[in-house]
Amino acid sequence: MANTIASHSHIGDRPRPAVNYLNAQKGLWSWMTTVDHKRIGVMYLVGVLSAFFIGGMFALMVRLSLLTPSHMLFGRVLMTAETYNRVFTLHGAIMVFLFIIPSVPAALGNFVLPLMLGAKDVAFPRLNLASFYLWCTGAAMAIASMIIGAVDTGWTFYTPYSTTTQGTVGLMVMAVFILGFSSIFTGINFVATVHKLRAPGMGWFDMPLFVWGIYSTAIIQVLATPVLGITLVLLLLERVFNIGIFDPKIGGDPVLFQHFFWFYSHPAVYIMILPGMAIISELIPTFSRKTMFGYRAVAYSSVSLALVSFIVWGHHMFVAGQSQLATVIFSALTFLVAIPSGVKMFNWLGTMYKGNISLETPMLYAISFLLLFAIGGLTGIFLGTLSVDVHLTDTYFVVAHFHYVMMGGTVIAFVGGIHYWWPKMTGRMYNEFWGRIACVLVFIGFNVTFFTQFIMGSLGMPRRYYNYLPQYAPYHMVSTIGSWILATGFFITAAYLLASLRKPMDAPDNPWGGTTLEWQTSSPPIEHNFEDQPVLQRAPYDYRPEPVGHK
Amino acid sequence: MLPPQGSAFAGEVDNVYMGLFWLSVVLFLGIAFAAIYFAWRFRYKPGRVTPHQTHNTTLEIAWSVGPLILCVGIFFWGLNGWMKYVVAPGEAMEVQVTAKQWLWTFEYPDGSRTVNELHVPVNKAVRFIMTSEDVLHDFFVPDMRVKHDIVPGRYTEVWFTPTVLGLHHVTCAEYCGKGHSDMTAKLVVDTPEDFQKFVETGGTEWEDYKTNPAAWGKLQWERKGCSTCHSIDGSRTANGGPSWKGIWGKMEKLNNGQTVLVDPDYVLESMMQPQAKIVAGFEPIMPTFQGLLRPHEIQGIMAFIKSLGNDPNGGPPAPTVLSLPPKPAPATEQK
Repeated sequence: MANTIASHSHIGDRPRPAVNYLNAQKGLWSWMTTVDHKRIGVMYLVGVLSAFFIGGMFALMVRLSLLTPSHMLFGRVLMTAETYNRVFTLHGAIMVFLFIIPSVPAALGNFVLPLMLGAKDVAFPRLNLASFYLWCTGAAMAIASMIIGAVDTGWTFYTPYSTTTQGTVGLMVMAVFILGFSSIFTGINFVATVHKLRAPGMGWFDMPLFVWGIYSTAIIQVLATPVLGITLVLLLLERVFNIGIFDPKIGGDPVLFQHFFWFYSHPAVYIMILPGMAIISELIPTFSRKTMFGYRAVAYSSVSLALVSFIVWGHHMFVAGQSQLATVIFSALTFLVAIPSGVKMFNWLGTMYKGNISLETPMLYAISFLLLFAIGGLTGIFLGTLSVDVHLTDTYFVVAHFHYVMMGGTVIAFVGGIHYWWPKMTGRMYNEFWGRIACVLVFIGFNVTFFTQFIMGSLGMPRRYYNYLPQYAPYHMVSTIGSWILATGFFITAAYLLASLRKPMDAPDNPWGGTTLEWQTSSPPIEHNFEDQPVLQRAPYDYRPEPVGHK
Repeated sequence: MLPPQGSAFAGEVDNVYMGLFWLSVVLFLGIAFAAIYFAWRFRYKPGRVTPHQTHNTTLEIAWSVGPLILCVGIFFWGLNGWMKYVVAPGEAMEVQVTAKQWLWTFEYPDGSRTVNELHVPVNKAVRFIMTSEDVLHDFFVPDMRVKHDIVPGRYTEVWFTPTVLGLHHVTCAEYCGKGHSDMTAKLVVDTPEDFQKFVETGGTEWEDYKTNPAAWGKLQWERKGCSTCHSIDGSRTANGGPSWKGIWGKMEKLNNGQTVLVDPDYVLESMMQPQAKIVAGFEPIMPTFQGLLRPHEIQGIMAFIKSLGNDPNGGPPAPTVLSLPPKPAPATEQK
């Protein structure tokens, strides 16, 4: 096979192999017992997208209930305050723990990362499968906790409410604990894979930026997630055995819980966003057909975001009762986050400059990401600024901010990544026309839904409110209408992606002219990824016409 | 985009907010323009070769250091306001705030208390010393731009100087369960004279009690937080307390299978020891109002319940209206 990376697609340049990873073995059992990273990635993709669907349904229910202050729909009350609290809790918990944390690393990362490195698989294939089964166990327990009981704590499980409220909080907490281990296993696997399984000739700075992003994420997963596990065990000990750790009635400290919780959950925000950024760093050079501008700066910014993420958790607690000195220090450190985020943004724009840019669906998602993440990042500055945060924290402004980062950032990048690697994963091209229509609907719907929430939050509408003052009614109504536009976009996406599976395999090996190694193998790849061990001869994103020597 | 300014601190916050807003608008438009303009200007043409620009160290340093300097400036701008927020003036009046699911209790320097209604004198610094009896709550006054969590087992503080007379809202901003969004209080900024009268009487309209106890009782129903859980139209509220409509003189079924006559004794017990008897089909979630209600307030609420109709079988007589002391005694002794 060709070892040099050409800048144009390989359409028709080689016959499609008859046997690929999808049809090499048949039957459900072959999938359940597979240790192939590609199959595990596909199973994760099905899993996290199912979780996204369920979490999304809960989100639509929340928005529907808030449509009018009376919660009335067709003459009856849609849900009571109790139900509302459970629904938003499930939306948050499912989206965070079941969907967005495993979304990019476990689904796309599992599929793409070994291919990008020119490896046959991840370093520990069995651990990889174990991680998937842990995810399934956690998901089953989370779903069981909503069927047999109820959880109404919010996804943050703040004590002492979470240790004293009725319901199946214990089961949900156990579910999150197990999901944490699924995440840790994925992280360990990726760290080892990146260190040990790079193709000959691939130095650290020859790795695709997606690998840098997933590698940085994996470090956070391995270092931060155990803290969440410990915290949740302490919470369970208090809930079940009445050991006073967080509840002041029995000698505990509720602020301690918040420190523990955010010591994980702030880095977790970067577990969510770094992979999103990593996808964007692939999409932009590919569709600009231009080398990545500031490759090293972008690679370093991923690592530095991972490090800084560990020292800013206190910015979730400016008004929570932590020491005022700590608050000031955390505010100052928080501004450090802006620097590497800005570096990435400027380098992406620098890559587009003088590019040769085509606007296929993945690139439309990448540009959506740039705009939405810009708003998410800039509103983060409001919240990091002490005096302004006092007014804005715990309001819809925060809700809007993290949806712009998590959804406008990570989810948009994830959906862009699914489109980008869809031909490689399935061997099929999706309908480009509907892809663009759906992307535009998602972009518009997202902004209508969440931009109104910035205004509501600035006006003082607290989050997690069932009843609200009539003055906020118009904003809630607009936001709810936006959520339907957004949902329409995603339903169209699901429809044309599934429809593409019905037709024969038609995807070329390299439909976008990508320069990274996964485009060198067939679509879909053969079971062992490459016919021969690929040797890296050119750095990624090298779009110069004539192949030249390494670097 | 921002609520009305009710304090000097609000202006402080709004300046920073608006500064950041315009900075964000400029930066966002710059990024959006670049992304969209590049996508159009450098749109795909078959065969075009792109330049091999790998990096530019000067640019990288510029767009790292530039934002860093900007961020340091913003940090100090925010810190400046924050210092005013955390340090209350020494002469500030102190109000004790007790939060519980799902009502607010405010205790003034003379020991008098109000529920879900907070009165403060205009142009005088007020410092709130807050604690919670159960879970986390948060004292948020949007018009004053202040907010602070209320933590069980410890005291937290917040302060402001109200500058605008009239009605503002206090709202709970830390999720606290079923009645979270109903955990609101009225903040009334009074003239010094009105405030004095309020503190002395526990409510500016208390004299109305003498002429129409039931109407006055209805005011207490709203103010003391009864309305959060008890409807007066027979419906069941989201927070789940029995409605007061038509219960006076009724034989109420309890969750232990017994029945009880809704009479003054039972109503008084329900206010002071709410866990003693629980109506069948409801949860034991009502907090005690021991020490929170003056005798004439209790009488007014009873008169109001009676006015909502009684059992067709005929109820007990209305409570005897107690003769009021010339000036109601504070609910507790002054500290």
